[in-house]
Amino acid sequence: MDATDRAIINRLQLSFPICERPFRQVAAELGIEESDLIARLESMLARKQLSRFGPMYHAERLGGGLSLCAIRVPEADFERVNTVVNGFPEVAHNYARDHEFSMWFVLATETPDRVDEVLREIEQATGYQVYNMPKQREFFVGLRFDL
Amino acid sequence: MDSDSTSDQSRALDQLDRQIVRATQGGLPLVERPYAEVARRLGVSADDVIRRMQRMLDSGIIRRIGAVPNHYTLGFRGNGMSVWDVDDAKADELGRKIGAFDFVSHAYRRPRYLPEWRYNLFAMVHGKDRDEVMEKVALIAAMLGDQDRGHEVLFSTRILKKTGLRIA
Repeated sequence: MDATDRAIINRLQLSFPICERPFRQVAAELGIEESDLIARLESMLARKQLSRFGPMYHAERLGGGLSLCAIRVPEADFERVNTVVNGFPEVAHNYARDHEFSMWFVLATETPDRVDEVLREIEQATGYQVYNMPKQREFFVGLRFDL
Repeated sequence: MDSDSTSDQSRALDQLDRQIVRATQGGLPLVERPYAEVARRLGVSADDVIRRMQRMLDSGIIRRIGAVPNHYTLGFRGNGMSVWDVDDAKADELGRKIGAFDFVSHAYRRPRYLPEWRYNLFAMVHGKDRDEVMEKVALIAAMLGDQDRGHEVLFSTRILKKTGLRIA
């Protein structure tokens, strides 16, 4: 990754234009060729330096349900519970964390009502209480790495 | 950027909007005319796609269009979920202040479950390693002063599942 790649990421963390030739517009700002910008984005995606390029949608505003959930899973039972939880298609992300609340996952459902239903299904299938921690207020969502 | 009421905008989405969401949630095509390419796949005009995406951006259905750096690959390997116990009456004010730090990527207020879970503010803190994350958490703690009634940092030890959100 060189200085131009870093400049591209810093610029594109902010916004990307909606117009006929958006890459040309951004490339002109950065003083590079449109084709170079596109090739560098392809390359950074292929090398997984970028995890996505495109619109970030707001799940709840699209009508879906979204919640962060946690389970206190004893270590000896962790792999069984992991398999059960990951088997639910509504579980989008799941992380092990170094805490008594050891499993943290995000539920993404087609409708808000489904969150509670899936939670109960997970409780029945795992035998553990699921702590539902939906956001009550959002203060900031974004990434502002200055590379 | 507070966002709690949601349903009005979602009702305004029609079938073509949802097709556009499905066609672009995995990413924009890397071609000179990306919106025209999306339009071609959907059998509509480029102007339709441009107009509708602009409307979704203006109404907040699209948070932003851009690049998401993979913080792990780029060397930010210490990502800690910091959780804070603050007075409920001050939680929104303090949450906004925590969210304003440039090393915080997400900040939310969430419910407590007393007695076993006392924390009502969550902030994802990014750094090159755990030590740097802990230094940054100390900056938050210093800002909060005695309004910090207790905090912890939960580091992820393993990604158990990671699928992109498929939401339309």
